[in-house]
Amino acid sequence: MGRSIKKGPFVDGHLLEKIVALNAANTKKPIKTWSRRSTITPDFVGHTFNVHNGKIFQAVFVTENMVGHRLGEFALTRVFKKHGAHTAKAEAK
Amino acid sequence: MARILGVDIPGEKRIDIALRYVYGIGPVNALEVLERAKINPSVRAKDLNEQQLSQIVNAIQAGKYVIEGDLRREIGLNLKRLQSIKCYRGIRHLRNLPVRGQRTSTNARTRKGPRKTVGVVRNPNAKTGIH
Repeated sequence: MGRSIKKGPFVDGHLLEKIVALNAANTKKPIKTWSRRSTITPDFVGHTFNVHNGKIFQAVFVTENMVGHRLGEFALTRVFKKHGAHTAKAEAK
Repeated sequence: MARILGVDIPGEKRIDIALRYVYGIGPVNALEVLERAKINPSVRAKDLNEQQLSQIVNAIQAGKYVIEGDLRREIGLNLKRLQSIKCYRGIRHLRNLPVRGQRTSTNARTRKGPRKTVGVVRNPNAKTGIH
């Protein structure tokens, strides 16, 4: 079931504060965050987030199309493994 | 045989069933369309005259149903958007794997297609002899 519209999109408070501050100062610098569950709102567009994937912080540059998705959707937590030899040709895929 | 909206040719079936051959019109929409066009759903498609057919076409166009090419394009664009922003769902679509969190250790054959056995492919650059 989807989230009630009445509540509006969920964004972690600590993350929202940082965004508002950055937007007020009109500056852009990467924001390190663990908050994968935060919905991307229009305020986020143009910022870069270093989203934790459980191991490292992956850089996610937010574009307009991403609004409505969550930050975690862009920082994969699993490594995609294939069978067969890991040759340069196979890795290029 | 009757033609509705150019390409679709529903056969010797009740018109409510035959309408479902239009991509984007299912059981519910078919009945809605017939209601709008004021046509008895239990009539066979071949027994409809020209005027009744055009009533149906009008009802479909007036009802703002997204059908056929438009619907296919819409779905394609949605997929393209997911894939271009590189989100999890888009990547799952790219790799033809289940998108909604199903297990893939077993099953998932609808998305993965027929089983294909992958043999051991040795790395040609690997050293031989040791291990």
